[in-house]
Amino acid sequence: MDAERTYGEPATRAREALGICERSPGSRKPDPILVAHDVRREFGGIVAVDVEHLEVQRGSITALIGPNGAGKTTFFNLMTAFDTPNTGTWSFDGRSMEKVQSHRTAAMGMVRTFQLTKSLTKLTVIENMRLGATDQIGEKWWNGLFGSRWRAQEEQITERAESLLARFNLAHMRDEYAGALSGGQRKLLEMARALMTNPRLVMLDEPMAGVNPALKQSLNAHIRDLRDQGMTVLFVEHDMDMVHDISDWVVVMAEGRIIAEGTPDDISRNPAVIDAYLGAHQGRTLLEESEG
Amino acid sequence: MDWPLIIENSLKGLVGINAVYFAIAAIGMNVQYGYTGLLNFGQAGFMACGAYGLGMTAHYFDISMWWGIPLGIVFSVVLGLLMGIPTLRLRADYLAIVTIAAAEIIRLVVRSVRFKTYFGGSDGINNFSESFRKVGTDLGIQQSSEYGFRPFQFTGRELWTLIIGWLLVALFGFLVYKLMKSPWGRVLKAIREDEDAVRSLGKSVYSYKMQSLILGGVIGTFSGMVFALDRGSVQPDNYSRDVTFYVLTALVLGGVAKVTGSIVGPMLFWGLFTFVDNFMRQIAEDPIKVGNLTLLQSTQVGQLNYMLIGLALILLMVFRPQGLVGNRKEMAFDGR
Repeated sequence: MDAERTYGEPATRAREALGICERSPGSRKPDPILVAHDVRREFGGIVAVDVEHLEVQRGSITALIGPNGAGKTTFFNLMTAFDTPNTGTWSFDGRSMEKVQSHRTAAMGMVRTFQLTKSLTKLTVIENMRLGATDQIGEKWWNGLFGSRWRAQEEQITERAESLLARFNLAHMRDEYAGALSGGQRKLLEMARALMTNPRLVMLDEPMAGVNPALKQSLNAHIRDLRDQGMTVLFVEHDMDMVHDISDWVVVMAEGRIIAEGTPDDISRNPAVIDAYLGAHQGRTLLEESEG
Repeated sequence: MDWPLIIENSLKGLVGINAVYFAIAAIGMNVQYGYTGLLNFGQAGFMACGAYGLGMTAHYFDISMWWGIPLGIVFSVVLGLLMGIPTLRLRADYLAIVTIAAAEIIRLVVRSVRFKTYFGGSDGINNFSESFRKVGTDLGIQQSSEYGFRPFQFTGRELWTLIIGWLLVALFGFLVYKLMKSPWGRVLKAIREDEDAVRSLGKSVYSYKMQSLILGGVIGTFSGMVFALDRGSVQPDNYSRDVTFYVLTALVLGGVAKVTGSIVGPMLFWGLFTFVDNFMRQIAEDPIKVGNLTLLQSTQVGQLNYMLIGLALILLMVFRPQGLVGNRKEMAFDGR
């Protein structure tokens, strides 16, 4: 399956670059878009995230996997300023992000989705999409009063929104309330809405949770499509088939730390990962256990 | 039972000054509660800002009454900032607690003996509305003559306030309608649904909530001004908690997140209120007795009426949460 797949130019470059990277936690990448260093977040006595070093290669699809409670979502929250770490530095595209407020990250080109879909159910699908556009003139109240100031921009936004909806097979739902969409469609809508911000880094938190297998295939295609357009994708996922299918690089977290990094094939052979997911004693009987 | 009188009074209640100042306050609350989801339980505080802005021009500053308008606006912007800065980053309930307390603090401060020189204490402030009345007389509306046709018959004094009041209702209604159709309004409605989603899309939720709180507050300020001008006096106890909740009831009756709802609601509220009040008074005049027990005495009418308001609000929330003109479809989807 992998052999017949074609890659866009940025994706090819990213895959080649990753090919020569060291397969160990915290490995350096030739052209990282996101760099996190010594990021630590504690909740009381529990260390939720303790990332020594992580780099995400520009133009790649990087998967962040790990058992429940590994700190993946918390790490997402920290990177997008939805939460503040106790210590640590991180930068996006060369710019330090420690002092940046969460709503500014989108304008800088870093957008995220949520594990529990946040479609705005009482707005229509198209209004959801329009909301995603950044730098809207009409979002200042003194401009909002005068339609002439923002109509033209609104039309451009609507056009862009409609082409995205078409790409995500939601065009027929354009004027429905988002609350009328199915769970899978809401996932699609949330992803499409995130793309309205024109991001360079898309961070997807469990894009496949609760999505039926047929739709999963098309979501996969959409995510690969993002990479071919030059965006970087970082996603959290439990569906190992999907991770294996679309990611160029896999980062494994367990108990807040990064325990392994590498290509999907490396990871599926890595004993540390198998231990983390299934426990260190898998494959042995209780009898062997007591003897050993 | 004098039915024509009851009906006439109820119809007057529909368009009377109470409906007007409630409508203005409700338009403001609708911006905060209906569109943004902010629980502002201190609208009476904003109304007091407007009333005292006008009153203090005569009582303390000794300047033209017209300065009271910018003064009232400044007061309410400051009040909005004071309440919003600490609470808008927190969950919605905190704003509700802070606003209800702030409005009470304002009322207690303005009625206190300590600050009598500024606010006139519990006597309030009178005699500041001359210049407002004068504009009316200059336009040819005689204070004491009767205008209009039955049942809508008002004295010139009432009529002048009503004209200005309804003009303000139209102006603010139009403003809010335009704003809510704009991208700005879209952000507010999105915040009402889910703050985090809006934040992840690059909007400063805090700033929008502040704008909404202050806009609604400033509109509420004008409601306080209209009320003060109609009475020709500012009384601290006219701005107590219950005012906020009656306005909220009227808004819910009309339908939240609709400009028409915030205007129709207060009209109906006062129409019904006057009807029930008049009706019960007529009964009390000729009391129904069961043995030694009088079923309804005229002194009980007021209390009973307010109880009925509470009951009406409960029934409304249960059976018609979208109000009279609200969008059923928009209300039908649960949070997530």
